[in-house]
Amino acid sequence: MASFMSLVIAGLATGAIYALIAIGFSLLWQTSQTINFAQGEFVMLPAFFVLAAINAGAPFWLAALIGLVISVIILGAMFKRLLVDPMLRHGVLPLAIATMALSIFLRESVKEFYSAEASPFPSFIPGTTIGFAGISVSLQHVGVVLVAIASVMALTALLDRTPIGRQMQACAQNPDVARILGIPVERMIMYTFLINGLLVGIASLLVSPIYLAKFSSGETLGLAAFIAAIVGGFNRIRGAIAGGFLLGIADNLAAAYVSTQYRGAVPLFLLIAVILLRPQGLFGKAEERTV
Amino acid sequence: MNKRHPFNRWLIVGAFAACLAAPAGAQDAVKLISVGELSGGGATVGTNFKNGADLAIAEINAKGGILGKKIEVTHYDSQSNPGVARGLIQRAIDEKPYAILGPGFSGSVKVTAQLTSDAGIAQVMGGEAAELTRLGMKTLFRTSFGQQSSMPKIAAYLVDEVKVKSVSMVWVNNDFGKGGRDTLSKELQARGIKIAADISTEAGQVDFAADVAKVKAAGADAVFVYLNEEESARILKEIRKADIKVPLIGETTLLGQKVIELAGEAANGVRGHVGLTTDAPVPAIQEFRKTFVTRYNYVPDHNGIKGYLSIYMIKAASEKMGKLDAKGLPDALKNLTILASKEPGILMDVTIDENGDLDRDSFLGEVVHGKQQITKILPKLKK
Amino acid sequence: MIPPLARLWQPAALVLAIMLLIALPFGLERYGIYILSLWAVTTIAAIGLNLTLGYAGQISLAQGAFVGIGAYTAAIMTSAGWPLLVALIVAIILCFAVGWLLGYPALRVQHHYLAFVTLAFSTLAFLVFRNEQWLTGGIYGIFGIPRPTIFGFSTRSAQAFYYVCLGALGAVSLMAWWLVRSPWGRAFTALRENPLRAQSLGIDTRRYTLMAFAIGSAIGGVSGVLYAPLVEFVDPTPFSLVLSLNLLLMVIVGGQGFFFGPFLGALIAVLLPEWLRFTKGYYLIIYALVVMLLLIWSPSGILGILDEALTRRKTRRASALRAAARPTLDEGRAP
Repeated sequence: MASFMSLVIAGLATGAIYALIAIGFSLLWQTSQTINFAQGEFVMLPAFFVLAAINAGAPFWLAALIGLVISVIILGAMFKRLLVDPMLRHGVLPLAIATMALSIFLRESVKEFYSAEASPFPSFIPGTTIGFAGISVSLQHVGVVLVAIASVMALTALLDRTPIGRQMQACAQNPDVARILGIPVERMIMYTFLINGLLVGIASLLVSPIYLAKFSSGETLGLAAFIAAIVGGFNRIRGAIAGGFLLGIADNLAAAYVSTQYRGAVPLFLLIAVILLRPQGLFGKAEERTV
Repeated sequence: MNKRHPFNRWLIVGAFAACLAAPAGAQDAVKLISVGELSGGGATVGTNFKNGADLAIAEINAKGGILGKKIEVTHYDSQSNPGVARGLIQRAIDEKPYAILGPGFSGSVKVTAQLTSDAGIAQVMGGEAAELTRLGMKTLFRTSFGQQSSMPKIAAYLVDEVKVKSVSMVWVNNDFGKGGRDTLSKELQARGIKIAADISTEAGQVDFAADVAKVKAAGADAVFVYLNEEESARILKEIRKADIKVPLIGETTLLGQKVIELAGEAANGVRGHVGLTTDAPVPAIQEFRKTFVTRYNYVPDHNGIKGYLSIYMIKAASEKMGKLDAKGLPDALKNLTILASKEPGILMDVTIDENGDLDRDSFLGEVVHGKQQITKILPKLKK
Repeated sequence: MIPPLARLWQPAALVLAIMLLIALPFGLERYGIYILSLWAVTTIAAIGLNLTLGYAGQISLAQGAFVGIGAYTAAIMTSAGWPLLVALIVAIILCFAVGWLLGYPALRVQHHYLAFVTLAFSTLAFLVFRNEQWLTGGIYGIFGIPRPTIFGFSTRSAQAFYYVCLGALGAVSLMAWWLVRSPWGRAFTALRENPLRAQSLGIDTRRYTLMAFAIGSAIGGVSGVLYAPLVEFVDPTPFSLVLSLNLLLMVIVGGQGFFFGPFLGALIAVLLPEWLRFTKGYYLIIYALVVMLLLIWSPSGILGILDEALTRRKTRRASALRAAARPTLDEGRAP
């Protein structure tokens, strides 16, 4: 039982990171029909901004701040202006393919210009373990879950409680009506991209101490987040969180009790089951818009 | 929408004409071609091998080259894909090089070995799978121990030094990890040791909680960890957290500097067999490491050393022949003993055998206070 | 009207290209022939995906897995002594059936869910290739796959097997050509352009979409059946999700929905490392950059650009004709 609980807690921590990545994913989808295949690379990259700042002599807290700011600018604003804006009118598929190319571009650039090696990454949270009722839990895992939940709560508060948030939701639900109502749709879409830039930055700071900073780490993370978003429901933030947690826990339990060789299959069966039984996702709402 | 256009076909025609013309080769140099995993899943392996080879070539060229001829190397990217690797090796053979370096993945080596063997060109590669040197290829040479030489040493170490009755094995499910796992299980079973848990992991796996829970539940006398550097570091942290006290045994990578750097304190107490690493207590290796770090700004793993050695093996064999004879090179490499006193670049005395396997000293070591310490030197099998 | 000379120009270019493809091996070393064979095999897989994507408007992220199924079928069966032709038939049936089973529930739900289901399937297939060692040789793969003997001729040599690949490419192209022009093909296109309207015209959209996907998958299997004896080795690594994504990229870059799009896309993907050899390690970076720029410029790929340019030229010519015609009319009307 103790080991079961440890597995669940470790799964929650991994799931929290998936969730952070998945939320950005579904935000972009909701407001601009962008399927971002480079989302995993977006999480890989901020760690290298931070490492570059540290190498330039900045203390860790400053470097982390710089990393977040740069990822909001590059992965938020520049991503939208340079790649999404010119392609948006062409429909979903060309843009999705372009983000696929972007992921190759980012991955290979880091490999060529930084390193093909994994780099250790400093952590805000000490790696010490605390014992609790026979279950040993690492502070790092607890911290990751807390930070992720706090980020999500802040985001939900922003969306539900502030005028800007409500305008953003209006844009997501029906851009045409929103435009008639005088909401600056373009600016609202830009905000969601900035938020995504911030979320992947935070996810990067959380995951890199555990996962290490490496050019290829985006592949696994991006795929997991993608699946989490679909399982949870592509059009609900709450769904993305649930999907992330579910995936993290299911992966661990599958490896422990089913088969380590096929652990990668369990999230996929989950995905197929959800698509067949509840296509809008576990927590999503049925969507009228077709792609 | 579906109209045909003359242009696209001309484009195709022109592209072929422009791109597939056979390149002309330079005559006045020792021409080497390297096919490695420069992108895709094996990018770290291939990049290390390439950097090591480039470093050795720069050193040798600075001192006048091999038998007065400079070395020229061309690197091709196999994209970690055996199908591409096969094509590139074919291309390399068409260009009539002096020798071929790589690839690093055993699967890619397996599809290409027949081609180089047919062409009679020496292929000095990085693959470690036991079977490679048993395929009967005449031109295939290793740059490190194969798993058939390293795993018996681990098995003997577990029986004689650690004195265990049962072992849990954690391995990465690719050709490196699976090959090591299969070879070691055979060795352990032959020695009557029970395999308490047999745990496969994925390359790039994020969460090791479940694997460690299984290790803990199995309760074996020792845990054998056979993963790549990053995953080794991740699982060591997880193992410490789960408070597992039994000895952690590894082969080369687990005791490497990279893992120690990444895992921090969690690496302390790890023991095992060490082939050639940058941590070996040999002055020449320390010197190599320093040069490498100055040039590339990171500490190489054993693939970096493999790339470096491949060049010096070719150099030593050529000097033994006294001429640059590509057809004679494979024979010159066979049964060749290279002494570090005569050829410092080889780092440690090594003997290449009839099959292309290497024999040299190796070490038993332990990580103490964040440093690898060598506890015992295992001598060469044949003197 | 297009002058007769210009109309002859297109078939003439096609014949020339085919002749060149037949003649090329004589001017090339073995590597060139191998790359050409690889191009032919890749193009077949891309043609299949183009049917699914370009004509029926469905995104499949599992084309690489179907290539894998074909390759393993060929490897396992020919190693056991079966002729390659039997393996080909088995692979086609297998891939078609799997495609049908996969598409049926997915398309029942909502049409873009096929992309998600195929994504999952792609990864599952890879796990099966790797883990079921008794069948697939696991991570070690299957080594020494024989090349076939056809009518007593051994295709062991690089050149002979190239013609096998080229012949298969020709056959698949012809079939796809016929399919696209058949009433079926028109139904596919109608689906892509306007599913609602197609439905109201009495086309059973789900069945046709499913058919397009299953046929596309079966063609992926054909590609795999050739891949195995070409490389003479099969292991799981080439058939991961990456291959599916790359094939998708090829179809889009070449021009989805254009008959020659897959030919061009595969050509670029296979030959690109050659073209960009001089850039050393940067070729993938440049490739990615070029793809992004291309898609910003023309989301319908390279052939989309050509198509647009051609249409513009035609419009210009037409309006020039109109402009030239107008004064005559005026003059004629003038007293």
